Amino acid sequence: MKITREQVEHVALLARLHLTDEEKDVFAKQLSQILGHVEHLNRYDTAGVEPTATVIGQVNVFRDDEVRPSLPVEQALANAPDREGDGFHVPKIIEER
Amino acid sequence: MALHKLTLFELQRKFAAGEVSAAEIVHAYGLRIGQVEPKVRAFVNQTKDQAMAQAVELDRRLKQWRKTEPLMGMPIAIKDNICTEGVPTTCSSRMLQRFVPPYDATVIARLRKQEYLLIGKTNLDEFAMGSSTEHSAFGPSRNPWNLQCVPGGSSGGSAAAVAADECVAALGSDTGGSIRQPAAFCGVVGLKPTYGRVSRYGLVAFASSLDQIGPITKDVRDAALLLGVIAGHDPMDSTSADVPVPDYGKALVKKHLRKLRVGVPREFFTEGLDPEVEQAVTAAIGELKNLGGEIKDIELPRTDAAVAVYYVLATAEASSNLARFDGVKFGLRAKETKDLLDLYMKTRQEGFGPEVKRRIMLGTYVLSAGYYDAYYGKAQAVRTLVRQDFEAAFKEVDVIVTPATPTPAFKLGEKSEDPLQMYLSDVFTISVNLAGIPAIALPCGFSRTGLPIGMQVIGRAFEEETILRVAHAYEQAAQWHLKKPPIR
Repeated sequence: MKITREQVEHVALLARLHLTDEEKDVFAKQLSQILGHVEHLNRYDTAGVEPTATVIGQVNVFRDDEVRPSLPVEQALANAPDREGDGFHVPKIIEER
Repeated sequence: MALHKLTLFELQRKFAAGEVSAAEIVHAYGLRIGQVEPKVRAFVNQTKDQAMAQAVELDRRLKQWRKTEPLMGMPIAIKDNICTEGVPTTCSSRMLQRFVPPYDATVIARLRKQEYLLIGKTNLDEFAMGSSTEHSAFGPSRNPWNLQCVPGGSSGGSAAAVAADECVAALGSDTGGSIRQPAAFCGVVGLKPTYGRVSRYGLVAFASSLDQIGPITKDVRDAALLLGVIAGHDPMDSTSADVPVPDYGKALVKKHLRKLRVGVPREFFTEGLDPEVEQAVTAAIGELKNLGGEIKDIELPRTDAAVAVYYVLATAEASSNLARFDGVKFGLRAKETKDLLDLYMKTRQEGFGPEVKRRIMLGTYVLSAGYYDAYYGKAQAVRTLVRQDFEAAFKEVDVIVTPATPTPAFKLGEKSEDPLQMYLSDVFTISVNLAGIPAIALPCGFSRTGLPIGMQVIGRAFEEETILRVAHAYEQAAQWHLKKPPIR
């Protein structure tokens, strides 16, 4: 499997990662190499084999919907990189027309 | 004997008997850390001063009424991806360099209830992604047996701290071998419990279908002791199992292995296995036979698929779990960004190191449109085959014994330029995580150059008692755990 620089750029956008030109070249090479190893999986016939998503067999674990104590606002905001009042401050998302 | 050389079990007895105070214990460990930490660099953050303040308070209270818990006053080190309220938890990443958790992980709450003493947070490969601690944003830790060598990873700081007697015991986390491989490299004991045995609430998630927290200790008895405290159901982790926790200490009573069937998988003794490791593990298997074990050859034919399955599933899960680091609610935020997308992309560019980026890229790729079935779906199906191999084997045997790693500790820089070579060094530990079963690594000899060699004992789901029994019987017969690294 050969990963192109264009594919690296596409995946980096999906992953919300800004990469330098050098990183793009290195990752194209390394991902090709690693995926080359992953191709070995095709040696195994998996027709009719159930995929494993979890080993414990639990499907849904429900709890009662009750009011419980939660993190106080000040503590929740203590690690915020930027805050305004009782909220997280972020750049504007909606463009003005 | 110097206090820092004692095991958890021994130190706890002395403390419970009033022969030593908590302050004396912290003082002794403080001196030891001062001596060796500049060489080993096991810690990201030391908390000796807080530990001393707590110890003084504990001693004062115990003067009036002496009632102790197993971990009371015990200086324990915690891997820095496990949340400790009020104490920074960095994951050895620039992304979380200033992150101070507002809550304790469940395992920490359980230790705290017994009034353990947090002696420091230990170094890891960034977000637990790596096998050497060389991917830590704060620089690598060193192997106390040879400072030119890596301590293993990702829980390398915890294993090095235990081996160098900088703490009495430690916690690590294991997604593909991150407890067992560094334990083997550092000549200590590391146990990865059954998936679901220990709550992961408060463990910074890497690959949620694989991650487990477990003990790293000076001997097998200590591993049993610490596991008994952290194991058990937790409503805060819906994947934690509601299975009773036995008294693991009782598993250590039998000193023989009669009526126990020990499987040796031939797939683990092939090319790529260092001859000295092969020799040591073969000798250990001979010892298990002397102890009464019935040795049987078994097959785990899909073993060679494990690394490929792992690096698809673990990176896919990681790419999703690490999406939360977006510079909005906590952690790093890049400065001077032009819009929200730019803020996300630059924050993640600045916050993550090369290995984390590589895995996010790989994980995003295998989950992306057009490739999902070929990679992710295929890997999930082959994971089933790997599990079936173990299920079949455990019909024939009670435990499986293998080398923990293909080689002893490698040199710093030896594999850091070649990610695939680094990944392949996890070949003996990864399949255990894919199957969700427990395994323990413990020392079984030394190389000619004086590096520890580790063996691995694998058991059925929720049969930690059996692997502890085997490990303990072997340890007591072989006595490798009494050897200490030359560092002073």
